[in-house]
Amino acid sequence: MTFFLQLVITGLAQGMVYALIAIGFVIILKCSEVFNIAQGHFVLIGGYLGYTFLVPLGLPIWAALGMAIATAIIMGLLIERLILRPLLGEPVLAVIMATIALATVLGGLATLLWGAEYKAYHGLLPTITLKVGEISIPSESLIGLIVSVICVAILMLLFRYTKIGLAMRATAEDEQVVQSFGIRATTVYAVSWVIACVVGVIGGILLGGVSGANMDLANIGLKAFAVVLLGGVNSVGGAIVAGIILGMLENVAAGYLDPLLPGGGLAQVFPFIIMIIVLIFRPYGLFGLARIERI
Amino acid sequence: MGLGATGTFRESYAQDMAIFNSRLKCGIVVAFILYLFACPLFFSDRILTIMTMMGIAVISVHGLNILTGYCGQISIGHAGFMAVGGYTSAVLCAKLGFPFWVALPCGALAAGIAGLIFGLPSLKIKGFYLIMATIAAHFIIIWTVIQLRSITGGADGLSIPKPAIGSIVLSSKTNYFYLVMVVTCLATLLAKNIVRTRAGRAFIAIRDNDLAAEVMGVSLWSYKLQAFFIGCVYAGVAGSLLIHYFSFASTDQFPFMDSVWYLGMLIVGGMGSTTGAIFGAVALKLLDELVTMAGPILSAAVAPQAAASLAIISHGLIIIIFLIFEPRGLAHRWEMIKTYFSLWPFSHQE
Repeated sequence: MTFFLQLVITGLAQGMVYALIAIGFVIILKCSEVFNIAQGHFVLIGGYLGYTFLVPLGLPIWAALGMAIATAIIMGLLIERLILRPLLGEPVLAVIMATIALATVLGGLATLLWGAEYKAYHGLLPTITLKVGEISIPSESLIGLIVSVICVAILMLLFRYTKIGLAMRATAEDEQVVQSFGIRATTVYAVSWVIACVVGVIGGILLGGVSGANMDLANIGLKAFAVVLLGGVNSVGGAIVAGIILGMLENVAAGYLDPLLPGGGLAQVFPFIIMIIVLIFRPYGLFGLARIERI
Repeated sequence: MGLGATGTFRESYAQDMAIFNSRLKCGIVVAFILYLFACPLFFSDRILTIMTMMGIAVISVHGLNILTGYCGQISIGHAGFMAVGGYTSAVLCAKLGFPFWVALPCGALAAGIAGLIFGLPSLKIKGFYLIMATIAAHFIIIWTVIQLRSITGGADGLSIPKPAIGSIVLSSKTNYFYLVMVVTCLATLLAKNIVRTRAGRAFIAIRDNDLAAEVMGVSLWSYKLQAFFIGCVYAGVAGSLLIHYFSFASTDQFPFMDSVWYLGMLIVGGMGSTTGAIFGAVALKLLDELVTMAGPILSAAVAPQAAASLAIISHGLIIIIFLIFEPRGLAHRWEMIKTYFSLWPFSHQE
């Protein structure tokens, strides 16, 4: 039972970070109907940015976070203006392919700048292990959990109480109506990309703080897609719930089934199995809207 | 379809759909094929290797073109399906002692069946959802291959005897080059013909508007799965050829990024065009070679990891540039050049 609870707690912390990354994806999708495959690579860049600001530059953690967010904002603006805006109104495949290409360019940049090496900086976050009964909670997971919750709360408030949040929600509903109200849709798109970059980078720093920055961080972004699909692509709340579910399931399944399988590594492929099952039986996820199609 | 040369008239549907609507075109293609088969006479082994790899890529992209370019079912799991074909024929050859020419079609069939299984979600979903399903397919296939260690050799890989047809052992680069070129030419001919059949027209209808196609009586269930089957059979052939070329099967030969590059080749070449598939595969493979050549210089001048990252970045950038500036690909550009020359000097027809 302790083993099970331990897995659940680890899964919860991991799932919250998945959810944070998935939210970036959902925001872009809702506002501009672009499926951003590069979300995982924002995480990758984030992990390495965290390393750069914390270790070689030796900034304190809050300054490093601030610098990383500033970089993410610039990155989001550039990506939106240079790649996505020329492709407005192009077919789905073209836009998706552009984001895939963007992902590879970001991956290449990470290789160029950081040499695709494992960069550890997990010693820099405070390490205390909380003991609750028999279960130990590493402080890195706890920090991840807290920061994710704070980010999600900020995003929720942004959507509910600010003008740009309202504009973004309205654009998600109907872009033409929004434009006729005098709101620039392109600004909304830019903001959505900036938010996606920022949450991706924060997720990257959190994950990097737990396991160090390496190229595998991009694959965690792929796992976020499983989260997105499970939760329903256009539901922010769904992303959070699904993130937690998937994080827990992954850890529990790996904890119990890995010893039974010779090669192990079930945690790597588990999200994809979930993905296929969801796609076959409930393509629009737990909380997504089923689209009605007309000719 | 393009316009015929000045002075040629098409009077029937058959003429309109003919692959060669003038003797000149037929002559050019025949001359090109003769040239291909004469290549070993005056090219070094290194260039033959590059051309063999191009041939394999062309076969794979033909499959993806039928699936994605014609039928509109986007797949980013193509390298995974290649792995199914490759590993099936590798295991048949290495463990069960099948001859190469039996194992190749068996591998193709196995890949086709894998395609049918992972194509099942396409009946309910499309666009992004299908992309995710095919990405998942890739990772699940590779994971399964690694898990079945006793059969496939797992992560260590699997050695295969040199391929042989009858008593001819295809051990030299030249022999294998001929094999791949023959298969590539046949695959191209087949691809060109598949898209001119009833099934090909059904694929195009599904791509352009699947609901409208269904209303008109095109069975989505049947034709989407057919497209997956055909596309993955091509992938299986390409995967087998790739593995037998190295006489060694390993999951490293089918990385996830390859699935992306095949789609990239399709975009650079031009989707929904058999010629485009060839152009795209050749163009991106050439780019690969350029980068490989420039690699050592860059590594020395900038940083040791510059070469590796340059390859990735240049591929990504090329795809983005084509998407923004030439979304219909090289095939479209080629078509325009041809039309210009065949209409010259009466180009007023537009």
